[in-house]
Amino acid sequence: MISIDLIQSTAETLMDKAAIEIPQDYLDGLRATAAVEDGDLSSFVLQAMLENYEAAKEDRRAMCGDTGCPRWYVKMGNEAVVEGGPVALEQALRQATANATNGVPLRPNRVHPLWRTDHDNNVGIGAPEIEYGFEPEPGQWIDLTTVHKGGLFGTDYRMLFPSDGIEGIRRFFLDSLVAFGKRGLACQPAIIGIGLGGSKDTCMVLGKRAACLRTVGDRNPDPEIAKLEEEFRELGNSIGMGAMGFVGKSMVIDCHIEVGYCHTGGMQMSVHAFCLSSRRAVARIRADGQVEYRTDPEWFTPYQRRETVGWNNGHREAAE
Amino acid sequence: MSAPRKIALSTTPTPEALAELRLGDVVYLDGTIYTAREGVYMRALEKNANIPMELPAESAANFHCSPAATINGDGSFTLGAVTATASFRFAKWIGPWMERSGAKLIIGKGGMSSADYKRDFVPNGAIYLTTVGYGTGALLGRGVQAVKAVHWNEELGLAQAMWVLECSGMGPFIVASDLDGNCLFERENAKIAPGLAAAYEGTRPAVLKRYGETDDRTDEVI
Repeated sequence: MISIDLIQSTAETLMDKAAIEIPQDYLDGLRATAAVEDGDLSSFVLQAMLENYEAAKEDRRAMCGDTGCPRWYVKMGNEAVVEGGPVALEQALRQATANATNGVPLRPNRVHPLWRTDHDNNVGIGAPEIEYGFEPEPGQWIDLTTVHKGGLFGTDYRMLFPSDGIEGIRRFFLDSLVAFGKRGLACQPAIIGIGLGGSKDTCMVLGKRAACLRTVGDRNPDPEIAKLEEEFRELGNSIGMGAMGFVGKSMVIDCHIEVGYCHTGGMQMSVHAFCLSSRRAVARIRADGQVEYRTDPEWFTPYQRRETVGWNNGHREAAE
Repeated sequence: MSAPRKIALSTTPTPEALAELRLGDVVYLDGTIYTAREGVYMRALEKNANIPMELPAESAANFHCSPAATINGDGSFTLGAVTATASFRFAKWIGPWMERSGAKLIIGKGGMSSADYKRDFVPNGAIYLTTVGYGTGALLGRGVQAVKAVHWNEELGLAQAMWVLECSGMGPFIVASDLDGNCLFERENAKIAPGLAAAYEGTRPAVLKRYGETDDRTDEVI
């Protein structure tokens, strides 16, 4: 059984890490981008951001004043048992969110959509979101990932159709980048996540997870999709725009695409920008009390992307 | 590639100091700034509440911001990172606010339009400073020496309250409008726009359009 107190204390540490420490994969990606940026204002912005990450770590203060909307991704091994059950787990994550909001401190961003009232702790109706995944991997373990995605800008959805084809996908990708890239509203350069297919809601979920739960440099295992990811990264960096919408070539640190089976007549598409403060932190907690921290959520496993009815001992069944 | 100029500026700047600034200059602020966004604007301008500060004597620098901060049990403050929010949403209040408050520096994210600058900023002798990034929240947080007060916290909540911050060398900010109402972001967009056509080669508009994106109510959408 996995200790509920350990879950809550680990979750509080994760909230702190996510808000303060830029993940290494994103930092490496931004450094590589800064090295080739030749727009003078764009270049100044990227250098200022690199200094900002250092200042955040040195001072143990949040890297950005808009600390986003904290949310949780919970993944459990098939044999995991949490002390107190799933209700206790959700309570612990909500408590950790509230404690860290006042402790780090984070900005209490979450308000009621109509009355604009809040509890000054980022907890409320449906907040923080808690999403779940499961893995066949043996052992009593639970992975907690917190993502504090920022930004009111940079995300869009459109119902495309098979006749729109790759030209239509490319078009909507560019439309989204330019619309939100002007004046830097998307806080680019960003990790761009694209969801294709599913239904409207799952398409949005896939795109958001593609942006937030995959690391810079990671490629989709489908080689054709992997090629598209690289093509879109280059395309995004070739529009002549850089950080803050200034003249430059740094829009996309990396592009990740996730797909889901959709209605035969449609081709849903969503675009998500995980900004210059791409806040994510992960820990694996085991029943024996071990905690391992990392920054790669390792969310998209073969099991999460499975195409078949069954799953036996980690081996994919034949498609037929 | 030339590095931008770096300039120290008071939060109660003289007209001469503002006239010196050019689009793209990098500015660091000394003095008192206050946060005010939609909550403060609505309360001050639509409900005609008395502004709880001496403006612009205390500060002529309005920051579109909600800090990552908390008010402790003993009434002290813990302030971490500070980042701006997008300013274009406040266009309808900014003219009346500058007339009422005497603000000369509007600080935020993404600037406003040159039409806003010419209509509201130029007559008030004000300019716009954009934060950098976005956002260099930790660097800006370092520039805050002290939280002097938080006004209207009870009425508006922490995020919308009027935070009064004592600053020293706070920055970087980039000059995004000048006293003539020229707009840095529009200048950059004008440079970028001609090249976009090449990026759009090999794309096609969606077969189903979105109704409501034009004002043509007879639009067939397809």
